[in-house]
Amino acid sequence: MKSLAELRAIREKMKKQMDVRESGDDAIRVVVGMATCGIAAGARPVMTAFLDEIDKRGLTNVTVTQTGCIGVCRLEPIVEVYVPGEEKVTYVKMKPEMVPTVVEQHLVNHNVVTDYTIGAAE
Amino acid sequence: MSHIRCHIMVCTGTGCTSSESPKIIDALEKELRKAGMDQEVRVVKTGCFGLCAIGPIVMIFPEGACYSRVTVDDVPEIVNEHIVKGRIVQRLLHMEGEEGDTVTSLTETQFYKHQYRIALRNCGVINPESIDEYIGANGYMALERILTEQTPPQEIIDCLKKSGLRGRGGAGFSTGMKWQFTYDAPSEDGVKYVACNADEGDPGAFMDRSVLEGDPFSVIEAMTIAGYAVGAHQGYIYIRAEYPIAVKRLEIAIGQAREYGLLGDNILGSGFAFDLELRLGAGAFVCGEETALMTSIEGHRGEPRPRPPFPAVKGLFGKPTLLNNVETYANITWILNNGWEKFAAIGTEKSKGTKVFALGGKITNTGLVEVPMGTTLRTIIEDIGGGIPNGKKFKAAQTGGPSGGCIPASLIDTPIDYDSLTAIGSMMGSGGLIVMDEDNCMVDIAKFFLEFCVDESCGKCSPCRIGTKRLYDLLTKITEGKGTLEDLDTIEELCYHLKASALCALGQSAPNPVLSTLKYFREEYVAHVVEKRCPAGVCRALLHYEIDSAKCRGCTLCARNCPVNAITGVLKGAHVIDQDKCIKCGLCQSNCRFDAIVRK
Repeated sequence: MKSLAELRAIREKMKKQMDVRESGDDAIRVVVGMATCGIAAGARPVMTAFLDEIDKRGLTNVTVTQTGCIGVCRLEPIVEVYVPGEEKVTYVKMKPEMVPTVVEQHLVNHNVVTDYTIGAAE
Repeated sequence: MSHIRCHIMVCTGTGCTSSESPKIIDALEKELRKAGMDQEVRVVKTGCFGLCAIGPIVMIFPEGACYSRVTVDDVPEIVNEHIVKGRIVQRLLHMEGEEGDTVTSLTETQFYKHQYRIALRNCGVINPESIDEYIGANGYMALERILTEQTPPQEIIDCLKKSGLRGRGGAGFSTGMKWQFTYDAPSEDGVKYVACNADEGDPGAFMDRSVLEGDPFSVIEAMTIAGYAVGAHQGYIYIRAEYPIAVKRLEIAIGQAREYGLLGDNILGSGFAFDLELRLGAGAFVCGEETALMTSIEGHRGEPRPRPPFPAVKGLFGKPTLLNNVETYANITWILNNGWEKFAAIGTEKSKGTKVFALGGKITNTGLVEVPMGTTLRTIIEDIGGGIPNGKKFKAAQTGGPSGGCIPASLIDTPIDYDSLTAIGSMMGSGGLIVMDEDNCMVDIAKFFLEFCVDESCGKCSPCRIGTKRLYDLLTKITEGKGTLEDLDTIEELCYHLKASALCALGQSAPNPVLSTLKYFREEYVAHVVEKRCPAGVCRALLHYEIDSAKCRGCTLCARNCPVNAITGVLKGAHVIDQDKCIKCGLCQSNCRFDAIVRK
């Protein structure tokens, strides 16, 4: 037996989970390089950190996907962020601890975290 | 729990289930565990996407990639390429039209572009076995609002009346009016019932099945609202036992709704009580007729009774009963959530909203489609359906099953709505749409549907019991080349008698396929009668096979395969068919490598 409040809570929770099925063109895409080089450099924890952080903040309209080798293996783990209408941003040598900053600054507030980008590393 | 980054939707409708989609689900889950990704990727069982012709269908989000004809062997590649490396498996994408013209997402296809999904809004989108997913897709919002605000029943009924929704079971009676009559009908002890007609019996129709398999909760919620609106506390869903998946999903759904307190006493603390029971039909076509359906629910033999009294006044167990079809119910919460104005803006003047059709027969995209009322037959067949396969010519479309009629190619631009279809001698029916090409004999088609009615006639009234049989005998006579022109007149006369005097819709509409083919394809009937010839080459008694001696190379293949040894000839010499022995099975023609055998 569910109360009205519980029913509404389920609706909110499920809406967030099912948001991924609305493949809208306006979604922000986070792409993690997960080829052998990426995985060896620790891309996997970075990716789960993104998933956890997005879940924690209840962000919708963000998709996280994987990709193969981006070609700059020495800078792995590499994460690319595509915000619709803006230029792609490439973060390099990512660590799980850096993820909350990128999510808060870039995904939520739309400020690129320049310190972590490929430009800063070069 | 972390964010699920990817949902893999696998169709588990009847079509895809029979092409082994449950095994694909098992394989996907196994591969995902192997890749260590079962925590971030979710495999979701879902309802029909509509593309039954190219199932099993697997859709992967967030990309929205639509894979068709997936097999268990494809699963490792899907997981390793798409899920792990983010690369879409091009070879499994749905192909459309030209070679190499692949379409990634389903919504980009011609098949989907012309569609508008209301009744099917959740089919292929949610897991039909999870009430949480239904709630997440705005489910139970309408019921929640009505119960918390204690919306006056009249307001709900007025909303439906203004929406212009008409019964999707075939007859097209105003749904709002039906609710009004049941609401107004007095009941001595205050007992009223709500019932759902899920006894979908037309050959080739599977709209209601797909709704129940893909989104059972929308029907349950709508029936609960109906109970509130007309003052009923008990509902029945009458469903065919031949729909095992739909029955199972309904049972699961009713169980979950009860567990959540969305069925039963004191729903959402409002004091309103409503519960549902399933009643399985044994598959008699006549039980889709409303009075027979209710007689069957009561536990008696499914036979119709005269109307009036209509069910709204005296229905189940003698009480006022609201009886709607599955698809009608599936529209209700959408209308209540989106407003009647939005619904009434779709469709034509007298037919509002959308209609689901089960496309079948000689059509490329066999499947399930939902289009706005007023869409032309041409759009449905050529654009959505992908046209007729093998370069054949479109000849006619049959709507409404055994109660409907044939629409000839000359009327392909007819807008599909209740009134236009009735005007040309067909009917909307429940939504079966069977496409026929030049290889279909119209007399044979009429005979096929009539045979169905002869079998399914319950026998209670003599016009139907005897009339359909006599009509069938006359049509058989014609297909055997023994008919006369007088027979055609007798057929027509008998049709009108049957229409006028049969007790229920089964008998009254049984002549429709005959009358409409007689009207639009009379020359085919005449060819059978006068020239003793079947123009489409279907009626066996009227055709024979011959070997073209100029083309025959004497390979002996036909002679060796003939089941009755009717073909004789020497090696490398032209062969001959003995017409007296030939049973016209056509095996020789399909075996011949030199096109030497012709059917005349």
